[in-house]
Amino acid sequence: MVRRAFELAGFVVVVAIVALAPRWVSDFRAFQLASVGVYVIAIVGLNVLTGYSGQISLGHGAFMAIGGYTTAILMAKHGVQDLWTIPIAALVAGVAGFLFGIPALRLSGLYLALVTFGIAVSFPSLLKKFAGLTGGGRGLNLFGLPQETGGGVSVHVLGHELTNNDWLYYLTWTVAGVLFVGAWLLLRGETGRALRALRDSSVAAASAGVWPALYKTLAFGISAAFAGVAGSLLAISVAFVNPDTFPISLSITVLVGAVVAGIGSVLGRVGSYVGPLAGASLIVFLQAYASDFLRWIEKGIPLHADPKAPGVPAVIFGLVVIVVMLLFPAGVGGVLDALTSRVSRGLTRLRV
Amino acid sequence: MSQFFQQVVSGLASGGIFASLALALVLIYRATRAINFAQGEMATVSTFVAWSLVHHGMPFWGAFFLTLALSFIGGVALERVVIRPVENAPVLTVVIVTLGLAVLLNGFTSVEWGSEVKKFPSPFPTRPIHVGGVAFSIQDLGVIGVSIALVVALGAFFRFTKLGLALRAAALNPEASRLVGVRVSWMLALGWGLAAVLGAVSGMMIAPVVFLDPNMMQTVLLYALAAAILGGMDSPVGAVVGGLALGVILNLTGAYVNFIGGTLRLPVALAVILLVLLVRPSGLFGRAAVRKV
Repeated sequence: MVRRAFELAGFVVVVAIVALAPRWVSDFRAFQLASVGVYVIAIVGLNVLTGYSGQISLGHGAFMAIGGYTTAILMAKHGVQDLWTIPIAALVAGVAGFLFGIPALRLSGLYLALVTFGIAVSFPSLLKKFAGLTGGGRGLNLFGLPQETGGGVSVHVLGHELTNNDWLYYLTWTVAGVLFVGAWLLLRGETGRALRALRDSSVAAASAGVWPALYKTLAFGISAAFAGVAGSLLAISVAFVNPDTFPISLSITVLVGAVVAGIGSVLGRVGSYVGPLAGASLIVFLQAYASDFLRWIEKGIPLHADPKAPGVPAVIFGLVVIVVMLLFPAGVGGVLDALTSRVSRGLTRLRV
Repeated sequence: MSQFFQQVVSGLASGGIFASLALALVLIYRATRAINFAQGEMATVSTFVAWSLVHHGMPFWGAFFLTLALSFIGGVALERVVIRPVENAPVLTVVIVTLGLAVLLNGFTSVEWGSEVKKFPSPFPTRPIHVGGVAFSIQDLGVIGVSIALVVALGAFFRFTKLGLALRAAALNPEASRLVGVRVSWMLALGWGLAAVLGAVSGMMIAPVVFLDPNMMQTVLLYALAAAILGGMDSPVGAVVGGLALGVILNLTGAYVNFIGGTLRLPVALAVILLVLLVRPSGLFGRAAVRKV
């Protein structure tokens, strides 16, 4: 009971902070925080796949690309308003994920990692090949289209005037919140139990009446739909897509974020929402502030490296992954979950 | 017809490069049941080291062998520092650590050597030789020669030396090997060293063709994975045959299937991976794993 109260209170606090944040920060920072929201969605989606069904994907960047391109093509070529493209992007990416989940059924952990890595590496060349649809290497420009709700200037919502970046911020975080609660409702009952049973022992789960094929493909579909929404929001916020918007490294970046967040935190627990926030913030702010961080280190240890070199964020990124895997394999989420469990147990004992 | 033979030979040349890297992957897979996603980036670092040596005036073959030695030391060191702590962790943990290592090394190369493209010297002349009306490039034949020499040397090492036997034993049955006095953990480190050497060879062979940049091996890694899967992840012979076959497949589909052309080589490799895993997961030469549940 105490733990439940903790979890609920924590969620309310996080929602309140997210809702009020744009009042305290600059317009540019609001845009950065909107990107954090995009990665939160992708990370929660990956957590559904890896944490619940035990499958791994190194190719979620490709599902993000499917979502992003769905949005861009609908906006630029079919005149669909950007908001309406989001559910369609979720559907397209979700169906793609569900279909990919079928061959994935025959692939156990390591081989699935390999195939999804292959998808991540080869997807950009498919985008370039079908240039008639995707605009090829030049991509599709969405900036200044009438289908863009923000329109690069400002938006009137419920009697308030929001700057474009604040609009993107609230859009992203509202979608993130809705998706998180939706996934929690879907996975807290029978479906979630079936998936976790499959993850722990597929044979035992199957003999207890769980149909592995259905649940595993379903998990892949849900997870890909999350990635598709993240990609769609990314396309809307940068108002442009080309193959470099969704590079090979994006898949790895999302996985890194998920590892830092903590793979396998049960949705609804404190770690399952604070973890992705930590992972996504790391992704966004490390890209932005890696050179400052390096300069700070060089004050103590002279490394003679150029802080502005493009590889600096990658070096820190790689180090973070290795250190997290070696020291806290459960990630930020896992550490927080263990902590809240311990504290709430202590409190329960006090009351008795 | 002569075009066909040229395509096959240049396919075998790139196949030889895939085979070296695939062999590196198989070596580590056999020992730890994990795929080293950093194998490509390790090879890139080795190749940049070779470039630096040549750049400072060392003759090509001197730089080549010095780089192999340095790569071996580097591979062993990486295993000791990064992989050793997760030796007994689940396979996916090891995989994520190697991914982290790949990101780290990729960043390191562009910090250390810059991200602009560099020209890497080729030890072989670029002029063609003519055999029966067909023009073969000496470059291609040289690469094939180096790959064959490498495989023969490695095969002899595993077959005829005591250390090779210990390495095979440690991979096959760690517990029993430990009982008869093989230092299994060090054998893993040696395996990483050898894999780094193989990767270095593939990097130095492909760099003259594609030029040298920090992302050079990203796509080659996928081809090597496809080669290893095609041949069977636990079969060294399979890795070599798979690599050569994949090189030829990619070249022929590229040359004769208009839709694929030069642009869809990566998706073809992915299709090969998927097809093999779904139809015959043990590959051409691998042994099917039997598991009791």
